[in-house]
Amino acid sequence: MPRSGRPTTAVAVLAALTALATACTGQSGASADDDPNAQVTLTFWHGWSAPGEVRAIEENIARFEQAHPNIKVRVTANMTDDKINQALRAGGDKAPDVVSSFTTDSVGKFCNSGAFADLNPFLEKSGVDKAKVFPRTLLEYTQYRGNQCTLPLLSDAYGLVYDKSAFAAAGITEPPKTWSQFTEDAQKLTVARGDTYDRLGVMPTFHGYETKPTRLAAQWGGTYFDARGKSNLAGDPAFAKMLTAQKDLVAKLGGYEKLEKYRATFGDEWSAEHPLHTGKVAMQIDGEWRPAMAKEAGVAFEIGTAPLPVPDDQVADYGKGYVSGTVMGISAASRKQNAAWELVRYMTTDTDTVVAFANAIHNVPSTLEALASPKLQVTPEFKTFIDIARHPKSATTPAQADGGTYQLTFEDFAYGVEKGDVADIGAGLARTDKQIDTDIAKAE
Amino acid sequence: MSPWLIGFALFFAYPLLSTVYFSFTKYDGFRPPVPSGLHNWTYLFTDYPLFWPAMRNTLWLVVVMVGCRVVFGLGTGLLITKIKTAPGLFRTLFYLPYLAPPVAATLAFVFLLNPGTGPAGVLLEGVGLHSPGWFTDADWSKPALTVLAVWGVGDLMVIFMAALLDVPKEQYEAAELDGAGAWARFRHITLPNISPIILFAVVTGVIQAMQYYTQPLVAGKVAAGVIGGSGEQFEPGYPDKSTLTLPQVVYNLGFQRFDYGAACAAALVLFALSMAFTALLMRRRGGLIGSGD
Repeated sequence: MPRSGRPTTAVAVLAALTALATACTGQSGASADDDPNAQVTLTFWHGWSAPGEVRAIEENIARFEQAHPNIKVRVTANMTDDKINQALRAGGDKAPDVVSSFTTDSVGKFCNSGAFADLNPFLEKSGVDKAKVFPRTLLEYTQYRGNQCTLPLLSDAYGLVYDKSAFAAAGITEPPKTWSQFTEDAQKLTVARGDTYDRLGVMPTFHGYETKPTRLAAQWGGTYFDARGKSNLAGDPAFAKMLTAQKDLVAKLGGYEKLEKYRATFGDEWSAEHPLHTGKVAMQIDGEWRPAMAKEAGVAFEIGTAPLPVPDDQVADYGKGYVSGTVMGISAASRKQNAAWELVRYMTTDTDTVVAFANAIHNVPSTLEALASPKLQVTPEFKTFIDIARHPKSATTPAQADGGTYQLTFEDFAYGVEKGDVADIGAGLARTDKQIDTDIAKAE
Repeated sequence: MSPWLIGFALFFAYPLLSTVYFSFTKYDGFRPPVPSGLHNWTYLFTDYPLFWPAMRNTLWLVVVMVGCRVVFGLGTGLLITKIKTAPGLFRTLFYLPYLAPPVAATLAFVFLLNPGTGPAGVLLEGVGLHSPGWFTDADWSKPALTVLAVWGVGDLMVIFMAALLDVPKEQYEAAELDGAGAWARFRHITLPNISPIILFAVVTGVIQAMQYYTQPLVAGKVAAGVIGGSGEQFEPGYPDKSTLTLPQVVYNLGFQRFDYGAACAAALVLFALSMAFTALLMRRRGGLIGSGD
């Protein structure tokens, strides 16, 4: 038999097993009838892996088990979305009952496919008014077409983290508010050396860690889908303006090739060798975790934080940003959904739990009460991100049936623009819209 | 029923037929499959943006990477059979890279060939040559993967070495008496004797290239800076889809996009291509294997 049959066989066997598994299991949230007071052991998978993060989760779980003596929780850390997806499909005793996913981009897929149970019936049964508990933006990215298949478990706000000493040395007295100022400051902070740099103002390319097209699009206020649910990248001038500004910034800082070559010298985003820590860049588009990580890495300079700049004609909206976060849901195949709901409710809605977790891992709290809690440890650097999360014009990327595929398609086009491969941005965005609509229609 | 028939039905016929069936359905692995006619096939060939780049890359790797591996495997095998001083040491040294786990080997190569800090770039520039972007340049990423594959050619080297040592010495002696030079001896004695092994190396190489997944994925992820963050979305193929291969397409469709139907269609394309290449090579084996073989 040719060995080339292996991928085919693997997919087919998995598919067949999954068909059997899903046929034998699965119950909707509305019909969950397990006794929440029965002795049960829940399996909980999450993606955190750093020792401090894992410890924080374990402490929360220990408090939960103390409050719910009949429920034991078996926790597995460092789970990627791919592993989660496959386990949910396979089902069975080893599959997780409760899952926490790092990316909001999968929510549309999870809800659309029915992989996660709809939490609306549980919220109703427990008398939890989600609109009063969670900020609007967070509710937006945790549901798809009314199916609230996940709830927010802490959130991430994106802003600007910078080296105050470099700013002072370059004669910059305050962080840039507009894109023009940002471009100007990035140039002032850049110290070129031959075909490389001693220091770069900011790494603008979309491969530069958290510098994603979606983060910048939020500053321009782009609307991804029109009222009919069709992709709107060409329809909303915000996207073309953002991409034009990005292309201009890349050109002004030395050009795509020179920048990418410099980027190749950067260390791991999650290590102490991050380019902001080592002085290779003076500004970084990043999440609320960066100031704490930089301090832990022992940086010699003072760290500043600020919202990301806005386009010159939107200066009144300065302070807004992109918001996403971690989500938590219950496997639709779980036979312990009522007990699982107790864990989800505790982790996502209990103010003290959310605050303790946010304090431990330096993330933005995901409930309105936790955001206002006096127990929340708020440093000046962290406050910037809390304010971004609260800003009424802060935005997220909407959940879609194809998960985050539409974002990747947009990102792929944006790579071409910043590289200089796209002559007509408007026509390219129209083609991208067509591709996104096709992919979403296929996924629905 | 013979055990062979049970094995064939269970592990080949049933999965294959299931894959064919699923390729004509809309199936996300959670909800039951729904017949969808040719939709997955038309989507794959006309609307799915990763398919044709993956197809082109896979064919490139089949031709160039397999060719390089066979040539270098044979060359190293020849070299090793000629070494008289500490042959065991050299055989071990040349074989060792093959034992390196693919992920570790790929990480090491991305580091070595890093255009900004890699020692390879420093060496090249030291002798006045411009160091290419290797894994960050779409024109160089597949050659870089080929260099990695050639580095780990120890498996072929051992096979060729065994075949070369099996060539009857009398034939060389007779040819030398007839005044044949080194190239003539290689062309008229060595090659015909080892041609079945060359065919084996080419066929298995083509199948391996068709299944090439780990190295391009890891190289693309690391070079793109996507090595942390368990929730981060990543579309394989960095840079500019140049490291995308057909197995990655199967994975992307099935496990990242929840589209088993289209993934099964892509898997069948992969299967058909492998079968076609193998059949073609076996049909043409007369050109490789002498009439007596």
